[in-house]
Amino acid sequence: MFQFDVELDTSGLNCPLPVLKARKALSAMESGQRLHLIVTDIGANKDIPAFSKMTGNPLIETSEQEGVLHFILEKGA
Amino acid sequence: MAKKLAIIASKGTLDGAYPPFLLASTAVALGFEVKIFFTFYGLQLLNKDLNLKVSPLGNPAMPMPVPVPSFIQIIPGLEWFATWMMKRKIKQKGVASVEELRDICIETGVDLIACQMTVDLFDFNKEDFIEGISSGGAATYLEFAGEADVSLYI
Repeated sequence: MFQFDVELDTSGLNCPLPVLKARKALSAMESGQRLHLIVTDIGANKDIPAFSKMTGNPLIETSEQEGVLHFILEKGA
Repeated sequence: MAKKLAIIASKGTLDGAYPPFLLASTAVALGFEVKIFFTFYGLQLLNKDLNLKVSPLGNPAMPMPVPVPSFIQIIPGLEWFATWMMKRKIKQKGVASVEELRDICIETGVDLIACQMTVDLFDFNKEDFIEGISSGGAATYLEFAGEADVSLYI
């Protein structure tokens, strides 16, 4: 598992709450810090990469375990 | 420069409230500057106390537990039941409430603009609306929409 600084579990929440909560968490973080985002909304498979691309917060890692998505996002400059 | 999203919100039903607030809050999270222009029934979405409903009447696509013929849908209570059912589903499925999405829009600086003409037309009382909204007309919307990357009529 990758190293991370902050963990955010959005299990049970549906679109667009995981994206909105990720934005809030990242805005409180320092550049270079990593967020471990846990999502059960399967649409996040596409939404989180789009969020990462548009906001300049690189997506370091994506994995899926038993229907739960795990993302590691790095706070951009 | 930030991308811009311009939305006209013209519907005042529970289901009609989702697209404008959901897209606006998400767009802000993606770095957009967002303005929502509320006109006609969409103005109901600015009320302090949201009492939004959904009706199966005239909406044959609405899923119901049992088929209800149109002529029966006028019976009192059916709209209340459909609204209750949808709100219950919203909670069960972890979908944000309209209030929650609207609060996020306000917190994150979405510009909420009431159409002055419809406020006058319906004799709406501005004191019933939430704080921090502005008012404007067609030119206000078009000035922003003319420069917007995405422009939606909902």
